[in-house]
Amino acid sequence: MTLLSLDHLTVQIGNLAILRDVSLKLARGEILGLVGESGSGKSMSALAVMGLLPDRARISGDIILGGVNLRHRSERQMCQLRGNDISMIFQEPMSALNPMMSIGDQVAETLMLHRKMPRSEARAIAREKLDRVGLRAPRFPLSLYPHELSGGQRQRVAIAMAIALHPKLLIADEPTTALDVTTQAEVLDLLRDLAREEGMALILITHDLAVVAGMADRVAVMQAGQIVETASTEPLFRTPRALYTQALLAASTHQPPPARRASAKPLLQVENATRTYPLPRPSAFAPHPELRAVDDVSFTIHAGESLGLVGESGCGKSTLTRAILGLDALQGGAIHLDGHPISPAIPSAQRANMQIVFQDPYGSFNPRQRVERLICEPFHLTGRPTDWRDRVAEALREVGLSPDDKTRFIHEFSGGQRQRIAIARALIIRPKLIVLDEAVSALDVQVRAQVLDLLSHLQATHDLAYLFISHDLSVVRAVTSRCLVMQAGKIVEEGPTEALFTAPQNPYTQSLIAATPRIPQHWKEPA
Amino acid sequence: MKLSLVIGGVLSAAALLAALVSLVWTPYDVGALDIAHKLQGPSAAHWLGTDHFGRDIASMLMAGARTSLAVALVAVTIGMGLGVPLGLWAAARRGSWIDEGIMRANDLIFAFPALVIAILITATFGPSATNAIIAIGIFNIPVFARVTRAGALSLWQLDYIRAAQVAGKNRARISGEHILPNIANLLIVQGTIQFSLGILAEAGLSYVGLGAQPPTPSWGRMLAESQTMVALAPHVAIMPGLAIVLTVLGLNLLGDGLRDALDPRLRGRLA
Repeated sequence: MTLLSLDHLTVQIGNLAILRDVSLKLARGEILGLVGESGSGKSMSALAVMGLLPDRARISGDIILGGVNLRHRSERQMCQLRGNDISMIFQEPMSALNPMMSIGDQVAETLMLHRKMPRSEARAIAREKLDRVGLRAPRFPLSLYPHELSGGQRQRVAIAMAIALHPKLLIADEPTTALDVTTQAEVLDLLRDLAREEGMALILITHDLAVVAGMADRVAVMQAGQIVETASTEPLFRTPRALYTQALLAASTHQPPPARRASAKPLLQVENATRTYPLPRPSAFAPHPELRAVDDVSFTIHAGESLGLVGESGCGKSTLTRAILGLDALQGGAIHLDGHPISPAIPSAQRANMQIVFQDPYGSFNPRQRVERLICEPFHLTGRPTDWRDRVAEALREVGLSPDDKTRFIHEFSGGQRQRIAIARALIIRPKLIVLDEAVSALDVQVRAQVLDLLSHLQATHDLAYLFISHDLSVVRAVTSRCLVMQAGKIVEEGPTEALFTAPQNPYTQSLIAATPRIPQHWKEPA
Repeated sequence: MKLSLVIGGVLSAAALLAALVSLVWTPYDVGALDIAHKLQGPSAAHWLGTDHFGRDIASMLMAGARTSLAVALVAVTIGMGLGVPLGLWAAARRGSWIDEGIMRANDLIFAFPALVIAILITATFGPSATNAIIAIGIFNIPVFARVTRAGALSLWQLDYIRAAQVAGKNRARISGEHILPNIANLLIVQGTIQFSLGILAEAGLSYVGLGAQPPTPSWGRMLAESQTMVALAPHVAIMPGLAIVLTVLGLNLLGDGLRDALDPRLRGRLA
């Protein structure tokens, strides 16, 4: 029985068509995966259902929920509906909760608002709902505040709030994108169970095809405001009909050409690196306890090699990276690059041997400088050569941009182009090692595949070594030859990537790999 | 072009022009008394009328603009010149004793009521425009230091700062090259607000007799002198009041417009 149907829904903001002729049907208790790249209209479709589109949006077509056309509902009626019949959870668990309100009160608030319940009764139901999402009583009292919870636990609170009134439809907009893989698996399991056991329909919006493969009954693929294909999950993955779906699938399993064999010459040597931070004193006169953020870490990167470093947030990856780049000092151990010791005081010539590419294509550049100036910043280390303009043009050409782009500002470029510019900036002084800190994590699958190809090509032509830091195991698997797994400041497993992924030895590695969503292998073969 | 930028620019330019022209020419001599024509309304001879000594109000307003703008400008320059580097320094050494020292010293200045200190300074060193400038300027320092530090702290978290560190640049260089241009819009907006507050403060100090001394013309003192005659000749009070209001309004609109115009991300949309 149909719960929600979108009928030729079209949304325009100004002259821009956000959604074009979107038609969808969703049955009670069904899980629909809505996939597409950024800007394809996934979130806008969800906001249209919620009646939360910006005021200047012009809408045509129908949104029918349980036989009622939401398009002709007043804002007041929509407020009644939101939370009650439809609910939504968002990507960022950090900003979805009010930091000044205890989790019990936040869940109870919805109940008091919609059901006019007394506070004590609402808090009793809140307790029940928090138990339901796995935050059980003695360990998670209602009096906790959001900052006392981890990202995954906060997302559970957000889910408890969303299901407090037992809505018929829950919309989850990239609910696990900001979470670590093991937490992601838990939250996805919870959402699936809720849909199954409580008969709640779920629209799961994501860019990650592998997440959809394990969750959804049906999948709708969006591109540029249109739905290009809708089908049951398995047939869609086995025999995608739309060209765009085929391209997305190909990109998500894309394997860049393998690197040449790395030389035996060690480039970066990390020996027993240790970095601690003092924690707040437990009582006034007690000594500071220590957090060993990096704990006795040793590894080697050879010239021209791609080494993967995998671990969840808080495992010490960033601290280790800062030490390798010579931005922070170590308290124990040593790091050598090309035989020279690394510390915050290293001479520029040594520093020029390594560069970094960051995750966020939006925060990586000074918005007030032109591309030319951005790219030649590392020349600060070597002195600006007389042919620097030619070098900038060459670097731009190497990363697949036009030399004419040098006079533009960074906001004129897309996320993928910005990441190319970041690579050009890293490349311009010909370093031997580039640290790729989640460098492709924020990119759409197709763009990601292109950037990975570019990195692989540059590695071959310039004999670069990469330290590839990521929480995304599938990417690490595709591009690295050797891999380290880091947990709580220690390297718990190290080995050739393929062996490590097929036969992980350490229980933590095993749990990481088991939690990684993947498209079932047999779906890729002809039935 | 945005309307606020145009209106703000026109009003601010008018005040500046009046101040500059008064250096070489005013319709009448500012000090010239003409008791026979006192408290006249606006006319062809006296555009904005005359005051209780028969002085030409238009001429006094023009000369007063000079005092107001000069005091406010120098006070903002003092505040920015000391406050911005201190704020940048504090942000670059976040959490260190330097940061603590700078910010607590700021709090100390903030903790004093500004007008009382201004009165103290002028009472100690004698009332004059110069002492008014110093008093207002000192109170601008913590304002700029705080705005600068707050803006800079969030920028220090960004990846392009880390990229600059990887490129071997030191804190001072990063502050000048990457931080300052990106908080310039904050500072311009704060600068225009402080500028207009400076005009108000100068008017306030002159009003209580602690700012510019006669015969230096001042909007604040014009207001003070006219208050007993409000019922008799309201224009004598209204004219300097309007001058203050329009200049302050113009500066605020200008700051608002400049902020948008200086942002390369918004530049395309203004054309």
